[in-house]
Amino acid sequence: MLEVDRITTRYGAITALHDASVSVNAGELVAIVGPNGAGKTTLLNTVAGLLRPATGSVRFDGNDITGAEPARLVRAGLALVPEHRRLFNDLTVEENLRLAGCTTKAHERRQRLDEASELFPVLRDKWTTSAGYLSGGEAQQLAIARALMSNPRLLLLDEPTLGLAPTLVDVVFDLLVRLREQGRTMLVVEQNATRALRLADRGYLLRSGRVVTTGTGAELAADSGLFDSFIGTAS
Amino acid sequence: MTKLLQSLVDGLGVGSTYALLALGITLIFGVMHLVNFAHGELITVGAYASYFFFLHGGSWWWMPVIIIASAVLASVLTELVAFRWVRTASPFTLLLTSFALERLSHALWQILVSPKQRAFPKPSWVFNQFKIADISFEVMDVVTIAVTAMTLLLTAVVFKRTLFGISVRGAAEDFDAARLMGVRANRVISGAFAFAGALAGVAACLIVMRSPAAEPSMGSDWLLKAVIAAVIGGLGSFTGAVVGGLVLGLLDTLSRVYLPDLAEGWDKFSTAVVFMLIAAFFVIRPEGVFKVAHAERV
Repeated sequence: MLEVDRITTRYGAITALHDASVSVNAGELVAIVGPNGAGKTTLLNTVAGLLRPATGSVRFDGNDITGAEPARLVRAGLALVPEHRRLFNDLTVEENLRLAGCTTKAHERRQRLDEASELFPVLRDKWTTSAGYLSGGEAQQLAIARALMSNPRLLLLDEPTLGLAPTLVDVVFDLLVRLREQGRTMLVVEQNATRALRLADRGYLLRSGRVVTTGTGAELAADSGLFDSFIGTAS
Repeated sequence: MTKLLQSLVDGLGVGSTYALLALGITLIFGVMHLVNFAHGELITVGAYASYFFFLHGGSWWWMPVIIIASAVLASVLTELVAFRWVRTASPFTLLLTSFALERLSHALWQILVSPKQRAFPKPSWVFNQFKIADISFEVMDVVTIAVTAMTLLLTAVVFKRTLFGISVRGAAEDFDAARLMGVRANRVISGAFAFAGALAGVAACLIVMRSPAAEPSMGSDWLLKAVIAAVIGGLGSFTGAVVGGLVLGLLDTLSRVYLPDLAEGWDKFSTAVVFMLIAAFFVIRPEGVFKVAHAERV
């Protein structure tokens, strides 16, 4: 479904991603793990069209989408839950969801709003509250609900559990399981590496902008060298 | 007492025109971080449109349609022709572009029509007066306040209820996040310019009904006041722009009545004050500049 082929992405003189190749097949949950500064967020932002790679290509359903406008990619069926959520804090929960449903027809949008309030009871209670007043857990659920409004076939999630209390981390992971059961394809960047890899079909380990290892989620989760590789960059 | 009440009504009348203009400035600032100094030119466009309309036998009944349509068209065109190409440039480049447009507009009207004022007849009822409890009101004061109130109500509905309005508010807060949700940058910015143009068109109607004349530089004085109003209200805030406009209108009128010397001085220095306020805004709130500078990468 998604083929990222040897992309290099730079911020000025800094190369954040180096010849990185990643692929996601329909129905898969793929995890990307690695230490801070490994280029995980850069990878997702490049796929979602916020950044344009210097070299390499991104294909979605076989079509070249390298550097395409994000608004076009959403319509093609690809949505990103961005790093730090980036909710519209001045807008209410409902307005955040309506805005995110801007790619769909009115009746479809209403239906999705109903689905969202069913899937996320927490949000239903805060429907007319400004997103800026939500707790961390509520905000993260809104961020995911918002990305689902366009009914994406491929959902990219950037650190969905960052800064959440352990019980809320469980809530998010349960949600990922449920989304996978619904047949949603996902590419997840997680700092909670072991747990994400146990859940994932396949995983990629990124370090210093390069893909170091790849394998099934279970293989990578069991790999003791993985831990060393985190430490390696941190020290 | 009568004098006070009358100046309050006058002040609200002038202030509501400032508010309509300030709202347009704040709207464009929200989505592009541009203080659009060419915004006042939309009044000039509306005034010349009504002058030509009259020259060809038009009547006052169709005037609002002509003025608003021409202002919307001009506003959308300036975005398409000028601002779109520098959208990702620094705020100062945008500011300079808007200055250039303002100057260009002055020059064009001077060359194409005349540097002199072109007057046309006003609607007969404008300065009719009526009395409520010994206080006399002009019909135009009431029209101004009523039209502004309705326009502001409509604006509130658009930005609270419609998908377009919600998209504009979202894009003003975080443009990249809005794009990730499927909001089309070109469409939302064009829409914001169209809406700002319509608001300026309503203001232009109110202005030319009172003094029906077109002049190349007529937009500039209104623009300065509108920018002050928008900055007082906090650039980017809708409520702020309306409050800023009304406060400025009241201050304007009350100072003219009660402190004529001060008012005259203010007129002389108002341009300088505007630029000081804008400079202060950029110095005191650089975080605002950075925040939007990031969102500008469209």
